[in-house]
Amino acid sequence: MTTASPRCQIRVEVNGTPIERTVEPRRHLVDFLREDCGLKGSHLGCEHGVCGACSVRVDGQLVRGCLVLAVQVDGRRVETVETATPSPRLRALREAFVARNALQCGYCTGGMLMAALELVERHPDADRDAVRLGISGNYCRCTGYHAIVDAVCDVLAAQRAGAFDATPQEAA
Amino acid sequence: MNSPQEHPHLLPDLQPPPAVAEPDPLPPLTDDPRHIGVSHPRSAARRLVLGQGQFVDDIELPRMAHVVYWRSQVAHCRIGAIDASVVRGMPGVLGVFTGPDVARLCKPWVATLAHLVGIKSAPEYALAMDRAHWQGEPVVAVVAETRLQAEDALQHLVVEWDELPAVLDTETALDPGTPVIHPDLGGNLCFERHLDTGGVDEAFARADAVFEDTYVFGRHTGVTLEPRCQIADWRPGDQAGAAEGGQLTVYHSQQAPHMMQDLYCRQFGLQESQVRVVCRDVGGSFGIKVHAYPDDFATVAVAMLLGRPVKFVADRLESFVSDIHAREHRIKARIAAAANGDILAFEIDDLTGIGPFSVFPRTSGIEGNQVVNLTGGPYRHRHYRAALKVVFQNKVPTCQYRGVGHPIACAVTEALVDGVARQLGIDPLAMRLQNVIPDDAYPAIGASGIKLEVLSHQACLQQARLLCNYDGLRAEQAVLRARGIYRGIGIATLIELTNPSAAFYGVGGARIASQDGATVRLEPSGAVTVLSSVGEQGQGTEAIYAQITADAVGVALDRVRVVTGDTDVTPYGGGTWASRGAGIGGEAVLQAGLALRDNILSTAAVILQRVDARGLRLQRGVVVDATTGAALLPLAELGRIAYFRSDTLPKGCTPELMITRHYAQRDYPFIFTNGVQVSYVEVDTDTGFVKLLGHWAVEDCGRVINPMLVDEQIRGAIVQGIGGALFEECLYNDSGSLSNGSLGDYLVPMAGEMPDIVVAHVQTPTRSSRLGAKGAGEAGTAGAPAAVMNAINDALAPLEARVASQPITPEKILRALGKV
Repeated sequence: MTTASPRCQIRVEVNGTPIERTVEPRRHLVDFLREDCGLKGSHLGCEHGVCGACSVRVDGQLVRGCLVLAVQVDGRRVETVETATPSPRLRALREAFVARNALQCGYCTGGMLMAALELVERHPDADRDAVRLGISGNYCRCTGYHAIVDAVCDVLAAQRAGAFDATPQEAA
Repeated sequence: MNSPQEHPHLLPDLQPPPAVAEPDPLPPLTDDPRHIGVSHPRSAARRLVLGQGQFVDDIELPRMAHVVYWRSQVAHCRIGAIDASVVRGMPGVLGVFTGPDVARLCKPWVATLAHLVGIKSAPEYALAMDRAHWQGEPVVAVVAETRLQAEDALQHLVVEWDELPAVLDTETALDPGTPVIHPDLGGNLCFERHLDTGGVDEAFARADAVFEDTYVFGRHTGVTLEPRCQIADWRPGDQAGAAEGGQLTVYHSQQAPHMMQDLYCRQFGLQESQVRVVCRDVGGSFGIKVHAYPDDFATVAVAMLLGRPVKFVADRLESFVSDIHAREHRIKARIAAAANGDILAFEIDDLTGIGPFSVFPRTSGIEGNQVVNLTGGPYRHRHYRAALKVVFQNKVPTCQYRGVGHPIACAVTEALVDGVARQLGIDPLAMRLQNVIPDDAYPAIGASGIKLEVLSHQACLQQARLLCNYDGLRAEQAVLRARGIYRGIGIATLIELTNPSAAFYGVGGARIASQDGATVRLEPSGAVTVLSSVGEQGQGTEAIYAQITADAVGVALDRVRVVTGDTDVTPYGGGTWASRGAGIGGEAVLQAGLALRDNILSTAAVILQRVDARGLRLQRGVVVDATTGAALLPLAELGRIAYFRSDTLPKGCTPELMITRHYAQRDYPFIFTNGVQVSYVEVDTDTGFVKLLGHWAVEDCGRVINPMLVDEQIRGAIVQGIGGALFEECLYNDSGSLSNGSLGDYLVPMAGEMPDIVVAHVQTPTRSSRLGAKGAGEAGTAGAPAAVMNAINDALAPLEARVASQPITPEKILRALGKV
């Protein structure tokens, strides 16, 4: 028989908003975001660290939200697809995804956008093959990936053309 | 046409591929065509890139409880004592329910169809009663205040069982010594079919070349990234728990809301007015979410028993053992051809295993039936014989998944065509051009008896030749072979069944609508709202309906809003399956939009005090004089008068500004589409690894409503086909347990291993509708396994090796090469 689990108080900056909650130690980050913060944009596709639908950023680092515990992000900064103040690159990725129809059902899209954002920021010279490898941690069952690669390459090209020069990269 | 393919050729001296001509534009459907045929981005995608979708698991209702299921741990067992005493005392637990508890509310079902003559299945219950028939069958429901509490409690459920012998191997399922899964059925045969045109033996006897092989297709499953999920919300009537007067709302990740409404009515003894099914965002479907699952009914039953909303969300591990699986065919096949290359005959013998039950309500006989119907489909031979046996086994039930029989039939057909062409020394592309039913021969009847309205195999093959630079690829292949690099080119010619009539399900007694409806309403501001019975699972259905409506009515695209997925709101209809959304649902939208335009113009004539509407046109939201083009009446003004100032209209004039039209395709059992795919691969003969270098598709789905969305349907479907061809397989151990039932172990295609996919279109509209659209959702999956397998075998041909078993793993290639 299980007794009441211990509880931990955590403080997390989620999409720029400080949030304080009491959670069980076993609660993973996506359940925390979805259940405790009401942010439904990060999705659970496998809950064992493979599909990438739950990808979010912690202090600018891309993580699998289902493999990180909420208590591990105490004192940290979490960024999800819902962020109300998107970086110019995330905004450009969103627009490119729509323009290229780089999503169908949209279930993988939150995680895919976060993975694409990391790729655009950290690998500005990525070519088409590198983009394919870079998003290979995120499954999409609908698109066949071609349009996603197109969209990410569009944003990389815009970045190389100086579209984001006025703004420093967020995740140094 | 999308951008030229970017795969670099190794040899710079090759001629660049010749330019591919754009197809001639089709004549316009409306006065002022601006949207049909245009690659508009989907407006719904904007919500999804902001993380603002609303999937079932995102919905929270007051007092909502959560159900988890204890599922059979073994392939076949007699269920013994169930001890839930500890569970009931666990924090948050609201109830524990077994098969008999749920059976008091929900009747069992037997999934058969009258037109699949002789098909048998056994009664299936929402929760297993005395026996469980596959590893994963739901047996006990545990409901708690939270999902965590329900999962915690489930750990303490004690179920005793006696393991029974399991039937696993299809080859021995019908042997006299094999246990019978359902003794009342007298055997493990679910369905069989024989088709014989006559003349087959004579054709093989006089053939100059006969090629034969045995093709094996492993089980795979759909892996919708959003697992199956639903919320059942039961509001009792006068008496708690009584069906009379109660209201059931089910939020469901489903493709066919009216079908589910009907099934909930029938299984629980309700009427349509008591049941509402709501399908908001659906996170991938592919056929996985068009079936009625035991836990669908169990979740409704426990919501009724508790009088509270209950949410069920499958986790990934239980998805693997409870979502339908598909395929698992073994086909012995042969082809006969004359020395000049003419195909004389095909013969197949298909054995397929479908698990322990035929799946409700579409049955599990359809896939095998389609293999029989479709094998040899593109070609003009007249002699064909097919035998099909569909057998029960103790594995996850199989049923319709994207492509339904097409990938099997196409892979077998195209492998045979390649095999016999190789024997005769004929180029595979030339072999197909010689043997396809010619473009000027339609309507035609295929050897299996399928009725083909109008297809364009020759045009598609010619275009595919240019699109992939076939001659250049052949030249490159030859040069590289001399260097010990093994590349192959595979071609697949395919047909795809779309726009089904009632011949698919209705004639067999399934209460699944073959028609769909659209209601189009002018709002007072001049905006237009469309309500359609076909929903959205990401294909862009709502987007193309908006495009059709904007052109049909004569308004701006951003003035149209489309509402789907709610049986309380939309017209009645079939929903999404068999590639029918564009062709059936789209035609209903077109007809409703044109009728609304006529009524708007009639109303305008009254307001403008004209004798009638002749001489008026509706263009871009304004009623104009047809002759001069002069603006006469903006829609917002018409709407203001029609809705708010009826006092100013003459007596007897009631503007009807909301129109419903339905459409069912009745001219043919199905409207077939066609296409050609080409795959270019390199096989590493030391490791058995296959690198996909390029993939091309020429597709004829009739009138293309949004080229970008069609391209994306084709690409996504091709990658699902490639998944089955190279990676995906549900592997069972000797005792009938799934041994790779996690996303870590079950391989699905990733971006890094997929090729760019170039898509082009030939447009041959169907004459069965004004819109002329055929379906486009499944052709990619139909053709890809054939193209890839043929490409691999083309690469291996100089080594006299051949593979015929999918998924084509590196191990199978090395075995074919004799290296392991």
